[in-house]
Amino acid sequence: MSHKVIVPIGPYHPLQEEPEFFQLYVEGEKVVDIDIIIGYNHRGIEKLSESKHIDQVPFLVERICGICSSSHPYAYVLAVEDILGGEASVVPERALYIRTIIDELQRIHSHLLWLGLAGHFIGYNTVWMWAWKYREPVLDMFEMVTGNRNNYAMFKVGGVRRDIKDEDIPVLKKALDDLVPALGMFRGAVMDDPVIQARLKNVGVLTKEQAIDWCVIGPTARASGVNIDVRRDEPYGVTDKINWNVIVEKEGDIFSKTVVRILEMYESVSMIRQCLDKMPKGSIDADIQDIPPGEGIGRVEAPRGECFHYVKTDGTNRLIRHKVRAPSFMNVASNKVAAVGGTISDATITLAAVDPCYCCTERVAVINKIDNKKILNGWDLIRLSQEKTQKLKLQKR
Amino acid sequence: MDVRSAIKDKLGNKIIDWQEKSTRRSYFSIKKEHILETVKLLFHTLGLRFSIASATDMPEGLEILYHFSFDAAGEFYSVRVIIPDKAHPEVDSITPLFPGAEWIEREMWELLGINFKGHPNLKRLLLSEDWPEGEYPLRHKDES
Amino acid sequence: MSWKIKALTKSIWVFHLSVGSCNNCDIEILDCLTPRFDVERFGIQLIGSPRHADALLVTGVATRKNIPRMKKIYEQVPKPCVVIAVGQCAISQHMFRFGYNAPLPVDKILPVDLYIPGCPPKPEAMIDGIVKLVTKLRKAK
Repeated sequence: MSHKVIVPIGPYHPLQEEPEFFQLYVEGEKVVDIDIIIGYNHRGIEKLSESKHIDQVPFLVERICGICSSSHPYAYVLAVEDILGGEASVVPERALYIRTIIDELQRIHSHLLWLGLAGHFIGYNTVWMWAWKYREPVLDMFEMVTGNRNNYAMFKVGGVRRDIKDEDIPVLKKALDDLVPALGMFRGAVMDDPVIQARLKNVGVLTKEQAIDWCVIGPTARASGVNIDVRRDEPYGVTDKINWNVIVEKEGDIFSKTVVRILEMYESVSMIRQCLDKMPKGSIDADIQDIPPGEGIGRVEAPRGECFHYVKTDGTNRLIRHKVRAPSFMNVASNKVAAVGGTISDATITLAAVDPCYCCTERVAVINKIDNKKILNGWDLIRLSQEKTQKLKLQKR
Repeated sequence: MDVRSAIKDKLGNKIIDWQEKSTRRSYFSIKKEHILETVKLLFHTLGLRFSIASATDMPEGLEILYHFSFDAAGEFYSVRVIIPDKAHPEVDSITPLFPGAEWIEREMWELLGINFKGHPNLKRLLLSEDWPEGEYPLRHKDES
Repeated sequence: MSWKIKALTKSIWVFHLSVGSCNNCDIEILDCLTPRFDVERFGIQLIGSPRHADALLVTGVATRKNIPRMKKIYEQVPKPCVVIAVGQCAISQHMFRFGYNAPLPVDKILPVDLYIPGCPPKPEAMIDGIVKLVTKLRKAK
């Protein structure tokens, strides 16, 4: 009789960011079930935002997640502008362009960040260092445009807070030009590497039907062949005025998720270039004074998927309800099907493949369910994953 | 037939009121007894994507909005259900229909104290183990 | 200076403890390791187990669910050790101070030796903070 062993993963891990606790139930090497325990990061933002002025809330919501710190304020201001009659009817055109530039820059930085971490999880620390090296110029662009490397504080109801100076535009373009060959090298190194293919292909597969049932969104859904992208389905900013493509892959494994993210970075670079070229002169803020009572919904395609904000106002300067749904909320739950059936050495990368906004794999202790004796501990899950890559590398030689 | 008229046609007089906030945003109210039927229609028959549900503590009762997205046309449909009984709010769980709703129902259960009948795994999601029972952070206390 | 404290100032091994942060501080901490800043030059390394750590790097607002686990992890760190609070949330709870799920600031739970302010602090600020801490430890008797 085979017996089940529980592998607790988390809640603290030095590489991924937020605390998060997984319990893997394994039989031998195979993962048979998974229990996800979250809530270590619950700060009560929905309640706090009811106590803040409508103009203060963007600063609060951009601290929901540091990686998507433009998506949340963007979705929030879209929700408030939905009460006022829609973004396009309220916000000046130049501000729309600046919003799209910030949003797409953030997508590049977030995808590079994920690729680096994914590289680390499968034992390619070179990929990690590369990705984060090329991420630095993106952060420099942010610093130039918004004044901070993270937490940009650019969005406000009715416009943006800072303009892009004319003399900055050639510098931004030069930085983008330098980024493209780096991305090309990266793409070649990751996509043509036989070991990475062996590690990522047919691992952690999420079929199209499962993707729909678990309501996953963003690159996770697009890698499974679900053709959704809020930027196209419900255009915001200037995403309907510039040319770009939605990247969709069919296989649903981790390799397709990687491919979707790499190709999306190219699209984002092209979008930013077009925005910088087409950006008209003019004001950047509509100076909204009053928010009428009503309810509004704002949706933004964050790097991880649809970011959803719902606000309800009663005519005063505060909200009576603010519901935030970050994309990971839907994506993480789908790990329950993606990781089950795989081996334990693939579990790390599978759990990380949805680009979760939290940490996972620290304090790993494999505990035998019967006598509660520790078999493995510490860092071993990542090590297992990295050793598998080493073995594959030797085989390929 | 487009989704909007399909919903109106299939649900008929179960829709209490229908608000079009804009071409992309539609809100409609139904009675809480009809939620399973409505969600089945929207999710399984019409193929809308379940985006999220949001619950609010309103003076007239606890209000749940189930947000569905029709991505092909970029339309958003929000189903409004009002539970007047604030002391023992109860509504049918939609998790048995599709697993994507499991977490959000757990969240509404712990933050607003709405009991979801038939939920397979109704336990705490976000709050800590020592959080007092019967204390719901998103309920408004001073207005009763 | 006791040899234990002296040992603490060489090649600091850091355990990173995120207790309800927004990722920004955590990402900037990782940024310190990557090619532009590269603190591994000085022997500073992130490690996977608190039992090997010299320093505990705390980020975030210390949410209710995290507090007992923070204490447990602090107990596991070999003493003497230093505790560093990174970012505004860990220092003063930032804008989450009046939230229902953030009862205590980090320095009421753990003995904090160094505060690095900023939202998030830049990698340069973190390196500067570590340098100040090491200088202070070297002066200590």
